[in-house]
Amino acid sequence: MTTTAPQTPAVFPAWFAARQHDAWERYLATPAPKRGDETWRFSNLKQLNFEGFTRGAGVSPTADLVARSTGLEKTAAKFVFINEELVHSETNLPQGVICLPLAVALVSHSDLVAAHFMKQETRLGSAKFAAWHEASVSNGLFVHTGDHIEVEGTIEVHHWISGANTVIFPHTLVVTGKSSKVRVIDIFRSEDDISPGLAIAFNDLSAGQYSQLDYVAVQALNEVTRIIQINETSTARDASAKGFILNTGASWARNECLSRLEGPGSRSDMLSVSVPAREQEYDQRTFQHHVSEGAYSDLLYKNSLYDNSKTIFSGLIFVDKNAHHTDAYQTCRNLLMSDTCEANSMPGLEINADQVKCSHGSTSSQIHDEEIFYLQARGIDPVSARQLIARGFSVEVVERLNDVATEEFVLSFIDDKFAHIDTGGA
Amino acid sequence: MSYEPATAVLDEETHEAINIDRSKGDFTFPERNKFDAGRGLTEKTIDYISDVKDDPQWVREFRHKALKVFRDKPTPTNWATEDLNSINFDEIRYYLSDGEKPKRSWDDVPPDVLETFERLGIPQQERAFLAGVEAQFDSEAAYSNVKEELTKQGVIFVTSAEGLKEHEEIFRPWFGKVIPTGDNKYAALNSAVFSGGSFIYIPKGVKLKQPLQAYFRINSESFGQFERTLIIADEGSEVMYMEGCTAPKFETATLHSAVVELVALKGAKIQYVTVQNWSSNVFNLVTKRGLAMEDAEVRWIDCNIGSRLTMKYPGVIMKGERARGEVISIALANTGQHQDTGAKMIHAANNTTSNVVSKSISVGEGRATYRGQVHIPKHLKGCKNNTECDALLINSHSRTDTYPAITVRGNQHATQHEASVSQVSEEMLFYMQQRGLNEGQAMSLAVNGFINDLVREFPMEYSVELKRLIDLEMEGSVG
Repeated sequence: MTTTAPQTPAVFPAWFAARQHDAWERYLATPAPKRGDETWRFSNLKQLNFEGFTRGAGVSPTADLVARSTGLEKTAAKFVFINEELVHSETNLPQGVICLPLAVALVSHSDLVAAHFMKQETRLGSAKFAAWHEASVSNGLFVHTGDHIEVEGTIEVHHWISGANTVIFPHTLVVTGKSSKVRVIDIFRSEDDISPGLAIAFNDLSAGQYSQLDYVAVQALNEVTRIIQINETSTARDASAKGFILNTGASWARNECLSRLEGPGSRSDMLSVSVPAREQEYDQRTFQHHVSEGAYSDLLYKNSLYDNSKTIFSGLIFVDKNAHHTDAYQTCRNLLMSDTCEANSMPGLEINADQVKCSHGSTSSQIHDEEIFYLQARGIDPVSARQLIARGFSVEVVERLNDVATEEFVLSFIDDKFAHIDTGGA
Repeated sequence: MSYEPATAVLDEETHEAINIDRSKGDFTFPERNKFDAGRGLTEKTIDYISDVKDDPQWVREFRHKALKVFRDKPTPTNWATEDLNSINFDEIRYYLSDGEKPKRSWDDVPPDVLETFERLGIPQQERAFLAGVEAQFDSEAAYSNVKEELTKQGVIFVTSAEGLKEHEEIFRPWFGKVIPTGDNKYAALNSAVFSGGSFIYIPKGVKLKQPLQAYFRINSESFGQFERTLIIADEGSEVMYMEGCTAPKFETATLHSAVVELVALKGAKIQYVTVQNWSSNVFNLVTKRGLAMEDAEVRWIDCNIGSRLTMKYPGVIMKGERARGEVISIALANTGQHQDTGAKMIHAANNTTSNVVSKSISVGEGRATYRGQVHIPKHLKGCKNNTECDALLINSHSRTDTYPAITVRGNQHATQHEASVSQVSEEMLFYMQQRGLNEGQAMSLAVNGFINDLVREFPMEYSVELKRLIDLEMEGSVG
């Protein structure tokens, strides 16, 4: 890891420079995760050695990467970042929506960014890395929708890592006004398959009253790259937030998702699909924090494990003392596709109020022979049968996105992953 | 809002709440101890205990080694409650006994000790349905007897001290093997100062029709009870062992830290039943684990009603093919109590199966926690686990937590875990009240219904007792 403090560019406001300075102090003062830390139970702490990574300054962006940044057919806006540098943007957004690179928004909408930038405490284990991110972040996307504005389509953001041993700190900050609606999709990729990279990503989602905020992260980095992705979501009265994470890439990925249900009647959907293969390791930690009464949260994480891959799921539903009439659900399902994979699940509950409905479930199993037999009886060969079932397993989560174009886009990454697994994902 | 567990400050109201009916176990007799190791724990304490008990040299060394481990291990507050820090190990008395050998007949037991167990109903129960009884009073057993025909069949049921001296050839190979000294801080403490507890050996093919029972009683203030039990069921044998525990309510906290090791050899079956009703200032930190060889079965049937803090996660290591492990657990946490219970299922052979069913009820400001671990390593196939935990919250400040951890390697296994939290529905209470029950009775009935299918797993005499205990605990909890 770097030992010198990152420099805040002079154009950024003073509050931001101060935050970055404090964050660096905090980064230095916070001890690294160690064995015995509950938030790192079952984790491979060797993955946390980030020695030798540098910022990708001076890399000349190639037109090629912009051309490769294909996503949805129609977008409301599109941004392409290479090593945090904006190289392409196009927007087609209605009036009243602010959608700017963070570096620009920090200058033009300083107060608005200050009001929402990294407000919550990172409590799922990566406080040190969140501080590192805060001290280092230089760009990303800032979205703010005005009251009663519904954005049609999706805001699409491509984050590329280019060059060997490059670290990026992408940041996505989405704030929705009263009764507004927006969907943002982040796509993380590497320029090639051989350059090791590192991403310390953060997404900050704040759903205002009665608004609907959908966020999708597609992580398809190359398999020598590591990523820590921290999500913090808060929902105001009757707001609905949906967060979806797809993991197909990276050698090691750590996701920390925290939803704070702050307003009565608010709702949070936390969704994830992971398809690890070979030696990939995915480490996911979630927290459903019911602050207010009468809120609803539903978590569904599905992992299909191939080869020697390993997953960790640790989730907690936390119901505050006065959060009565809470509905909270948490489900983690592991489909074991090889006899050397490893799935760890720690579904947790901490309930401090009564009049609540909470449940969690976790299962780990393989495809049963009867299911294969059933499909064979209908003329489908065993390999295709297994492929079909494995794909269908993930589709159940993807469908919860409720937007055909986004679903197809996400599925294209899943199909691509299956194509890169021996036997085509069977 | 705070993520830290609220520290238990006992106001008057809380005191009243805890004080509901423990009358049965709440009485004490003056101490008349010939041997007292004093307060605090040093090498000298260990030597004192070893001298009094006339330990063989290997036991003395075992104790000293364990003391070092105990000192080196940190208090596990990284995952457990901070309340552990309120145990003052320097204030505790580690060994108290009147220096008498356990008696074979109740007539020889000193009158006050006899009265203690009479009041707890042990001698009647022995006549009624038990095959053998051991009654422990502070550090040592006061009474130990087993039916004569069982002795003839080769059944051994003695105190652990007698076991390690008289039956060293069976005792020593398994002692400390299921739960090594370094397993956790409190197991190490027990290994250092253990006294009392049972040693049971069931010979090949012997199936005990009636259960064996041990009763643990703390009579002295600031006392730590550290019994150590080892049960070995030889090939094809079957045994059911029951333990009960009570203590009077003292002003200061009392510690109970037991280690229980079970060994079920090929095809054997051990059932271990616990009804824990310590008074509400006892720290109950117990390590219990069974080893199940080929086709063997270990079942823990566990009920926790008393104590201030219980931390108990009975485990089964399924070492032989087709071995089976089961934990059935009921916990009732009232105001001022934290029942931190769970199960550990370690699959170490092919085609092993395990089942965990846990139900907890939180009343008042009580806190019930389920902590579980299921481990299925990679080279195995055909392992199955089922875990269910249900929690019932009675009042608005009741609290419940669930922290399972499941590791599955390889694709030849199946695990499932399910948990739910609920409360007694108002419609249900209303329905029963319409039929003439008052609210308290209705609540009690609903709670008994919630745990009914588990209560049935207990031996009949216990299940009646359990229902009664739960009725009493629930009294006055509504409103």
